[in-house]
Amino acid sequence: MIQVENVSKDFTLHNQNSVVIPVMENANMTVMPGECVGLTGSSGAGKSTLMRMIYGNYLTRSGRIMVGDLDVVTALPREILDLRRDTLGYVSQFLRVVPRVPTLDVVCEPMLAVGMAQDVAHARARELLTRLRIPERLWSLSPLTFSGGEQQRVNIARGFAHEYPAMLLDEPTASLDVANRETVLSLIGQAKARGAAIIGIFHDEAARAQVCDREIDVSTFARKAV
Amino acid sequence: MTPLLQVSGISKYYDTRLGCRDVSFDLYPGEVLGIVGESGSGKSTLLNCLAGHQEPDTGKVVFDTRADGPKDTVTMSEPERRMLSRTDWAFVHQNPRDGLRMGVSAGGNVGERLMAVGARHYGNIRAAAIDWLDKVEISQDRTDDRPSQFSGGMQQRLQIARNLVTGPRLIFMDEPTGGLDVSVQARLLDLLRGLVRELGLSAIVVTHDLAVVRLLADRLMVMKDGQVIEKGLTDQVLDDPQHAYTQLLVSSVLQV
Repeated sequence: MIQVENVSKDFTLHNQNSVVIPVMENANMTVMPGECVGLTGSSGAGKSTLMRMIYGNYLTRSGRIMVGDLDVVTALPREILDLRRDTLGYVSQFLRVVPRVPTLDVVCEPMLAVGMAQDVAHARARELLTRLRIPERLWSLSPLTFSGGEQQRVNIARGFAHEYPAMLLDEPTASLDVANRETVLSLIGQAKARGAAIIGIFHDEAARAQVCDREIDVSTFARKAV
Repeated sequence: MTPLLQVSGISKYYDTRLGCRDVSFDLYPGEVLGIVGESGSGKSTLLNCLAGHQEPDTGKVVFDTRADGPKDTVTMSEPERRMLSRTDWAFVHQNPRDGLRMGVSAGGNVGERLMAVGARHYGNIRAAAIDWLDKVEISQDRTDDRPSQFSGGMQQRLQIARNLVTGPRLIFMDEPTGGLDVSVQARLLDLLRGLVRELGLSAIVVTHDLAVVRLLADRLMVMKDGQVIEKGLTDQVLDDPQHAYTQLLVSSVLQV
């Protein structure tokens, strides 16, 4: 479902003496439907960078990144937007939403975007928020006023609302308490069971061991010293 | 899918000074394109050329008209272009005074655009005007007040109502939130986003505010010295900028 082939990436900082920071060279990985692959490597090794490249958020210098039938590296902006709407989900640690929009609507948005009926989307959003222990009295408020942990759980509810065939999870369990962590891990398990291909970054080893079928050490993609 | 707007090779010089040079892009139905750049980078010149307010020196602006399909608006006749700008196009000015008639009531401002496309029944016009004032959160009892009695944010919302009442398919916006304080800005952005999504509108938004484009635009073009130096998905351009100027622009935003 997700196939990374000979991918290279570097950052050029034009305003800081044009420093070129090499990140990775000839990265290769494949994720099959129903499989969860954990990215490992020390901080700064390029785990999030690789994930953002797959999402089309960062450009890729060379290589090919296939998600379904689409090569993200050469795709047009609107093809990537379609891919993100229908096929590829991304859950980051941080919630980014329009001010003043109620939590329930924030969670419903991805489902409405793929054409789900309003009442079905609402029912699913309620179920997810309940499972993630967001008190019902908060649902009509904007999540921007919530605590960090609550925002993160709203973000997870939103990320799992539509059943994407492929998902990218950037530390979804960081800073959650034990009960909520278990809920998130069970959501990941269910996504795998319905055939989603998942790439995840988990700093928590126990969590990683519980849901990941394989691990890939991103630091092996680092450019070899010349 | 046919692009709603196909722009190719637009250049505009003021005497020997460069306005904008060789700008090309396609805009598809439902897409929102942001154009950012500092003042003097040519973004307003470009917008005016696209909207038919200025004539470009070279290039084509092909719009997919309802009746005849794709047609170059630069070479079409003046009446045809005026008709487009009253029906399928809308232009939201930075200063609401440029887009409103300050001496005519709020309801009249909205109704005028309907009359310009042939509506004549007073009751229907007034009902449509009130409906749109409600959509932009202006209460019904202000219908007969003049815009000069409105606050800046209300004037801007009135301008949006006036523009959208005829059901345009493409909106040009020049700094739509410029000069408004942040709380009013958030409300206006919320409104614009909702309208764009509900009505499936395409929009071209010129601004220097990167937070505004991140919320509103699907795609982004960065202009400097009259040229497009970088373009792509909005979040990609903002999070992984390639050009030195874009990197400077993104890294210059103050964190709140």
